[in-house]
Amino acid sequence: MTATEPETQAPKSHSWVGRLRSGLGPLALLGPSGLWLALFLVIPTLLILDISLVPGLRPGEPTAGYGLGNYSQVFNPWDANFIFVYLQVIGRSLYYAIATTVSCLLLGFPAAYWLALMAPKRWRNLLVVAFVLPLWTSSLLRSYAWISLLRPSGLINSFINWIGDAVGVTLPNQNWLYTSTAVLIGLTYNFLPYMVLILYASLEKLDQSLLEAAADLGAKPSQTFLKVTVPQTLPGIAAGCLLVFITSMGDFVVPTLLGGASSMTISRLIYNQFLGITRNWGLGSALSMVLILAVSIAIALLLKYGDRDSVAET
Amino acid sequence: MGLTPPKRLRLPFTWQGALTVVMYGFMYIPIVVLGVYSFNDSNRYTSVWQGFSLRWYEALMQDARLLGALQDTLFVAIVAVGISAVVGTLMALGLAKYSFPGKSLYQGVSYLPLIIPDIAIAVATLVFLASMAIPLSIWTIIAAHMVFCLAYIAVVVSSRLNGLDPNLEEAALDLGANPVQALVKVLLPELMPAIVSGCLLAFVLSIDDLLISSFTAGGGANPLPIEIFSRIRTGVKPDMNALSVLLILSSGMIAALSEYLRYKGETSQR
Repeated sequence: MTATEPETQAPKSHSWVGRLRSGLGPLALLGPSGLWLALFLVIPTLLILDISLVPGLRPGEPTAGYGLGNYSQVFNPWDANFIFVYLQVIGRSLYYAIATTVSCLLLGFPAAYWLALMAPKRWRNLLVVAFVLPLWTSSLLRSYAWISLLRPSGLINSFINWIGDAVGVTLPNQNWLYTSTAVLIGLTYNFLPYMVLILYASLEKLDQSLLEAAADLGAKPSQTFLKVTVPQTLPGIAAGCLLVFITSMGDFVVPTLLGGASSMTISRLIYNQFLGITRNWGLGSALSMVLILAVSIAIALLLKYGDRDSVAET
Repeated sequence: MGLTPPKRLRLPFTWQGALTVVMYGFMYIPIVVLGVYSFNDSNRYTSVWQGFSLRWYEALMQDARLLGALQDTLFVAIVAVGISAVVGTLMALGLAKYSFPGKSLYQGVSYLPLIIPDIAIAVATLVFLASMAIPLSIWTIIAAHMVFCLAYIAVVVSSRLNGLDPNLEEAALDLGANPVQALVKVLLPELMPAIVSGCLLAFVLSIDDLLISSFTAGGGANPLPIEIFSRIRTGVKPDMNALSVLLILSSGMIAALSEYLRYKGETSQR
């Protein structure tokens, strides 16, 4: 951070000119982006906070004035308008996000460990890039790819049948598509690269002499792992988990394409309040604020416990 | 890339290594399957292989609606990224150069588009546009895309700026360059790889964006992700496979270019 005095050549005698000129630099550099962020991010977010306090606001209809109706409809069981489904949807979104985080951690840690500590050095960068490459392609298309694997006549069922034929038994076929399992597979698939990338950055910084020292001192590999590796990489683990949690909590594409009517999530519900048939902007805004709040809590935890450097590198 | 073979190519077998291979399979098998079936010579989509054919690619080229959607997408991405490249770079420079009251708030807000779920941003933008009575068109998509484009570009440029020698600009100023010359002749060339790689990232995010476009498009524009979404929602179509292959290949190339630039930037820094 270099806070260099801008425009040192500004004449000192005309102090107001100098002040104006020294304010001009920051304004020119930070003004346009500041204006844009204010117009299209800050004001809109404040607007939905405002609208969320207007019960049952629908575009083009008269409103009843301010109140907590939208929130109480979701959270307060004693409210006459309380609809339990909304709470269920929020619970399901949390469940998907937590389950995705756990499966990404379990699958991603060994992979990141191998890439950071065991893979041949000269190939390491290339191998990591290869793992992250799918992130660059559209999540829409990556979810679409899973449709053809998971649907009833898809490859996974064909594979199951093939094994069944080989063994000589008829294995039950199942429609994997439009189930919670499909959503979890899709979410894990979409966010695993983030987890691997962050864990890799964290494991790469691990002091390997510590591992050797532990082994020399007679620690079993499992002991070394639990007492040295995990504590050393805990900030990275926290960062990876919270990032996956945040992104999967708000994901729209995967639950919409791979999940059915029974896997409604908070982002789908919000979408329906605006672009669907329901058109309840007030409720949609309230749900949006709930989602932002959930994500903000995760961000606060991330800033407190997470390894910010590894996140910054991704 | 020498002619002498590496001394030891054999890796000791470890379960972590085996699992990593499985993970690579997990990441790539769906994409490969998608690609293979885009060449399947079938009338409709089946898992049965019926011979090699390019018919779905031909169908794609004759799909005027799809080509129009592609045009909209590219227009949005190019304009949004082009403006954001300038605005985002200026922002990164400003944040590195000046300290002022409320700076951490400014910085915090600039990170929000990276973290806040798309759906929340999309909804907020729609409500804002509606309350200002701004008609939805391709320009409202561009305006909305600029928010995350400039945020991503600023982040990438900032991280490069932090790695730069802070004396570089001062040296130029001491040697008699005016601030604009110091910026254009000294700082910008150093920042160029970061700016380009930030732009590539923003470009890919823009052409992939479904939610923000859906909420800000109205009837005026029909970007590709919206068109794809409405088609694949009802199931699998082989021409969508062909389209996926083309899009995945092009974003793969953009990704490779960006990673290469980043790699080059990192090695030249050390």
